[in-house]
Amino acid sequence: MSTHDHDDHEHGSELSETQLRVRALETILTEKGYVDPAVLDLIVEHYETKTGPHVGARVIAKAWVDPEFKRALLADATKAIGELGLLSRVGDHLIAVENTPRLHNMIVCTLCSCYPWEVLGLPPVWYKSAPYRSRAVMDPRGVLADVGVTLPAETDVRVWDSTAETRFIVLPPRPAATEGWTEEQLAALVTRDCMIGTGLPRRPEEASS
Amino acid sequence: MNGVHDMGGMHGFGKVEPEKDEPPFHASWEGRVLAMQRAMTFTGEWNIDMSRAAQERLPAKVYLSVSYYHRWALGLERNALEKGLVDADELAAGRALRPGKPVKRVLTKDELPRTFTRGSFSRPTNTKARFKPGDRVRAKNINPPNHTRLPRYARGHVGIVEAIRGCHVFPDSVTTGGGENPQWLYTVAFDSHELWGATADPTLKVSIEAFEPYLEPA
Repeated sequence: MSTHDHDDHEHGSELSETQLRVRALETILTEKGYVDPAVLDLIVEHYETKTGPHVGARVIAKAWVDPEFKRALLADATKAIGELGLLSRVGDHLIAVENTPRLHNMIVCTLCSCYPWEVLGLPPVWYKSAPYRSRAVMDPRGVLADVGVTLPAETDVRVWDSTAETRFIVLPPRPAATEGWTEEQLAALVTRDCMIGTGLPRRPEEASS
Repeated sequence: MNGVHDMGGMHGFGKVEPEKDEPPFHASWEGRVLAMQRAMTFTGEWNIDMSRAAQERLPAKVYLSVSYYHRWALGLERNALEKGLVDADELAAGRALRPGKPVKRVLTKDELPRTFTRGSFSRPTNTKARFKPGDRVRAKNINPPNHTRLPRYARGHVGIVEAIRGCHVFPDSVTTGGGENPQWLYTVAFDSHELWGATADPTLKVSIEAFEPYLEPA
């Protein structure tokens, strides 16, 4: 199997078997009145253009500048983000876990690919892939090495397997040398992967202006 | 079920290889599958647990060889077939051969925002939680042939209850015709040596979200 978890038929230039099969399914569901293609268009548009890790990045940046919000976020992320007023509501059971110099949290779903879509958008292919799902719970440092992250040997690693309808987001530590930065500037340092626990925030010198 | 979907701790799948500047979808049909999944879940004919169960019941070889959204599409077909919303001859023909059956709801533009927010899976209960944070518990050694959310790598092992997450829809029940049958849900953390033996990374702890029927006092 390819490491990108893709089947070979799906990259051809002609209409693939999968594409035809999916088109047929949509035709049937539409003709039977179960779905409205115009509504499907809007769903696709939402996921292509509106969701994404920029939502989570604003939450993390807010937690970096506002200790009260940080406390509320760690106590009940769904409620805290709901009260932010800046973002759309997130679903129930979102749990924020804090990374510190002593503890590194990492999120996985070994059984399927549960992921906090509302704050991070669509999960990347690697997150849904067999290599990540199989190894994250047994060899998280090996997984981190694959993606170029090395933790100090003494840092504790905690892996959260999302086996129910609870969802997790990692609150990474605020990068050094960012005193006086605005929330907006800080949000630009927050990567998707640092909110999964497979990456670290950008350093100030890596910020794109 | 002890399917290939239950991947935690397996060897042989290779390295984690992120794709640079990954697009939201790699082909337009992937977005259509996602949208159909959302819209069909909205009809109330099945829930997310039943979608997962349908994918897990795909032949192991298929599960491992198709991409994520392709697997969703196959699961979707299976759910629709099993609920009698479409028939096999229609899938073969690529068009509807008879009128649709009445469904509880059809997703409209006005209701869209609701589908972008995850529903709540917690339910009221009269029962008291059997365990509390700090309790030592053993994940039961169960091997049900049906859908379960207790991963194999945790079965038989002792962990510590860290948190009570409320009372939630029980996937094992809802996928086997037993209704939502809400159960208390806990975060249970395991030491690496307990799960993976003497050579495990000593700095590692792994937690699962475990429904009360998965656990016994230890």
